[in-house]
Amino acid sequence: MAEHVDLRPGGRTPPQVGSDRAGTPPRRKARRGWGKPGKLPVAGGESRHLGDEHGLAGDARKQWQIVLRRFVHQPRAMISLGVFALLGVGSVVAGALWKYSYTTLTDQIAAPGQGAPSWAHPFGVDPIGHDLFAQVMQGTKEDIQTALLVAVISTAIGTTIGALAGYFRGMVDPVLMRFTDLILSVPLLAILAVLGNIAAKQSGSWLWVAIIIGVLAWTYVARLVRADFLSLRERDFVEAARAIGASNRRIIVRHLLPNALGPIIVNATLTVANAILLESTLSYLGLGIQPPQVSLGTLVASGQGDATTFWWLFVFPAAFIVVMILCVNFIGDGLREAFDPRKTRVRA
Amino acid sequence: MATTAFDQAGAPARAGGPLLVVEDLEVDFKTAEGTVHAVRGVSLRLNPGEVLGIVGESGSGKSVTAMATMGLLARSAVTRGSVRYRNEELLHRREKQLMPVRGKAISMIFQDPMTSLNPVYSVGWQIAEAIRAHQDVSKEEAMRLAIELLRKVGIPNPEERVTSYPHEFSGGMRQRVVIAIAIANNPEVILADEPTTALDVTVQAQVLETLRTALQVTHAALLLITHDLGVIAGLADRVLVMYAGRAVEVGTVDDIFYRPAMPYTIGLLGSLPRVDTDGSELLRPIPGSPPSMVGEIAGCPFAPRCPRAVDICWESEPALVPVGAAASPHLSACHFAEEVMRAGEPLFAATSADTETGPGPELDVDTDGHRPEHDMPSPEPGYVLAEGFGRAGPGEYEIPLMEEEARPGEEPDASRHREET
Repeated sequence: MAEHVDLRPGGRTPPQVGSDRAGTPPRRKARRGWGKPGKLPVAGGESRHLGDEHGLAGDARKQWQIVLRRFVHQPRAMISLGVFALLGVGSVVAGALWKYSYTTLTDQIAAPGQGAPSWAHPFGVDPIGHDLFAQVMQGTKEDIQTALLVAVISTAIGTTIGALAGYFRGMVDPVLMRFTDLILSVPLLAILAVLGNIAAKQSGSWLWVAIIIGVLAWTYVARLVRADFLSLRERDFVEAARAIGASNRRIIVRHLLPNALGPIIVNATLTVANAILLESTLSYLGLGIQPPQVSLGTLVASGQGDATTFWWLFVFPAAFIVVMILCVNFIGDGLREAFDPRKTRVRA
Repeated sequence: MATTAFDQAGAPARAGGPLLVVEDLEVDFKTAEGTVHAVRGVSLRLNPGEVLGIVGESGSGKSVTAMATMGLLARSAVTRGSVRYRNEELLHRREKQLMPVRGKAISMIFQDPMTSLNPVYSVGWQIAEAIRAHQDVSKEEAMRLAIELLRKVGIPNPEERVTSYPHEFSGGMRQRVVIAIAIANNPEVILADEPTTALDVTVQAQVLETLRTALQVTHAALLLITHDLGVIAGLADRVLVMYAGRAVEVGTVDDIFYRPAMPYTIGLLGSLPRVDTDGSELLRPIPGSPPSMVGEIAGCPFAPRCPRAVDICWESEPALVPVGAAASPHLSACHFAEEVMRAGEPLFAATSADTETGPGPELDVDTDGHRPEHDMPSPEPGYVLAEGFGRAGPGEYEIPLMEEEARPGEEPDASRHREET
């Protein structure tokens, strides 16, 4: 690969002491002058590997490509992403194509000796006669929808509040952060219970549940972004941006935000996992998604009573929750490592 | 008043009068230890196309002066006086009203190109951003202009490099990009805050050359802040020497280098190895360190370090007044400016260049015994002016940075310095 060139110590001849050309990538030279790029004859017998971090090798690669490259080279994160994508796409496709809808009552019911997983009903059926596979697919779809919307809402709110507090400091900071503390100190579940109950009883849809969780779950993002902005705003390039006449808004949106994007995205990912858990908890408690809508939480709730006799009612939805949260957390870890250059460097 | 004197003595105003006028600028910072008087009444005039150098040690208020001019100081800074661009007051303007001036009329080159570029954007984007902040052009057009600018500042293959990120550039190249950003909108005034300080000595000359090109391209006036007399010698028309937040000497480059009229200036020059002598001269650094800027300073702020200091120096702070011929724009803030200028002899004790092993210099060598008793800090040759003058190492230093032919002479010179010690 042309990006990785083993340079001889002081290999550029003649040695251009102090020459500004040190900044130009040796790529062209490597191709033309040194013949086979990658493995080069080393004069001193010892090779020094100068990687991308020195800015010496490689194309002008975009930051995103670097992050992507680091991410792609983490098997755990990639597998997790694959599984999560499969669950997301699969639940939609399977829900649409499967012979039963999640509301369909089949001719079978779960009773002693019957209703267990079979070819006709891979996940079995419930005591009323719903096909559990159709229900789990529907629940997975609802959960993923909810969690993604929660992540979007809470990240948007949290980033805005954190960015304003961190950038402007002064009076803005204490006001916004005390408000954040207030939200943080309120027991989330209690609030969700009250609000969720009211909203869910009225509409009972995943949309409301997502909005309620999202509006309350932004506090960690806000603190994170504020901390990031507090240090970023002192960087010289911010002053340089002001010196070219950039407005505060422009500095925040175009100069600072992209620098803080790594942690924000990682956090948004982890928010997805939290949201799945929260939604399941709420639904389990009967405060989230309401019948006839199903979510994995409601399925677990209705299945747990019969868990000893009709194990499939409990195991399948619970397993889906666990797998989804694991996947999302692994994706988050992978993103964190991909964004943070101080972490283990994955060589591409 | 110093201001008036300076105004009269300023360089002849060209068409349109001075671009930038700073009058009695004072900047205070409130800190836990007390109020820091970072700048104590600086006045300067920058004429179109002129290069005015500001020299001084760290903490002498050079950078704060530039920051105040751009309105970039922290909100905790208290500023007084006046900063006018084309007769428009800039000081105490609101951010919004400063935005059209910044980057368009007055642009700035920062000290450290490693940190003053945004790491997540390509250099082309950053130049385009500067263009689009003030000019109504399309993204594509801005990128095309960015490539042109990169070419102007001497970056090879600008079409390819425009998409590179700052981390893919060396320090010298990054500073060229910073210069490209500074000239993106054809400013009339460029403030360069120690543009070569963060760079390797070997690329400093190239960056200065780029700066010179940039001035030719834009016909801008340059306020060049540095503690590097070599940079001043190579680029500036006039020089303002700052000490303890005040201008202590102002004059043309020739005035400052050949007819210094302030002991501090003499000290600065003496701290610099010369390539135009046979190399047998020892360095004559200034003992001690700059005064604390907290609280009021009584008397001449340089008195504690000045070999000539007598009672009056401890009592009253000298004003910046003209010295020498009446028509000369040469100003000095020293009670003995005329004598100092006429004497033209070494004022400070010579020291060995080798700070590690050499014994401390005897302080009394050139003093005239008028010094009242006070705590003279023991001279630390290695630390005096260390940030600026010691960084390159005495041997690698060159006064005429821009003149290539001066370089061969400097090597034997330097080695002799070392052998002697």
